[in-house]
Amino acid sequence: MFEITDERIEVDSLRRSLMDPGYGGYTAFEGWVRDHHQGRAVSGLHYEAYVDLGQAEGLKILAEAEERFGPVRLACVHRIGDLAVGELAVWVGAAAPHRDEAFKACRYVIDELKQRLPIWKKEHYIEGESAWVDCERCRAAGHGKHDHHHEHAEQPSSEQEEVAG
Amino acid sequence: MQVRVSYFAWLRERAGLDGETVSTGAATPAQLWTELDARHDFATERRHLRVAVNDAFSTWDAKLADGDQVVFIPPVSGG
Repeated sequence: MFEITDERIEVDSLRRSLMDPGYGGYTAFEGWVRDHHQGRAVSGLHYEAYVDLGQAEGLKILAEAEERFGPVRLACVHRIGDLAVGELAVWVGAAAPHRDEAFKACRYVIDELKQRLPIWKKEHYIEGESAWVDCERCRAAGHGKHDHHHEHAEQPSSEQEEVAG
Repeated sequence: MQVRVSYFAWLRERAGLDGETVSTGAATPAQLWTELDARHDFATERRHLRVAVNDAFSTWDAKLADGDQVVFIPPVSGG
């Protein structure tokens, strides 16, 4: 089960949906909106998604995790729209017969979705500005041009970690 | 040939549009990008983006067809 939603993520029902008598190990990852990023005070975030592709890519990531670590039951929800500090932005749950596969599958899903899911985050800062989180180095350099070489599309930098770090 | 182009995140803000229907002679997403970049000045380079055609990731040199939906995808930042 994978979903992109503009509504609050209801964790209890998601967790229950993964329960199975044969599955004794369960773990979940929650990404919460953090109040700072690179020294700047963040008041909230706005997430925008290319939903049709995101939905397909999300399901693909879950299928990959199942193939690698299965049998495992997985669910993932990513919130979009305006989120306040402390709110749940992304939830990944994994249940498996034993804990090792649950941990591994959960980790795989969150790592892959951060690199592949067509979702973009805009930070609102306490002092009033807003900025898309995409290329930290471009912003640091104070320009919009990419005259320095680095591949974002294939290997997003770890600096992009804001919520789910 | 007409294609439908959608914009997200800062590409959307840069274009000032959610999307547009474009009459084009572009044979590939790469050529379409060059054409639209000239129009909107996206201030980035193509190598930083990915492209989707009809809601699936595509290569830049795929053949475009009339009615295709094209989306240029900036570096993602979900999670």
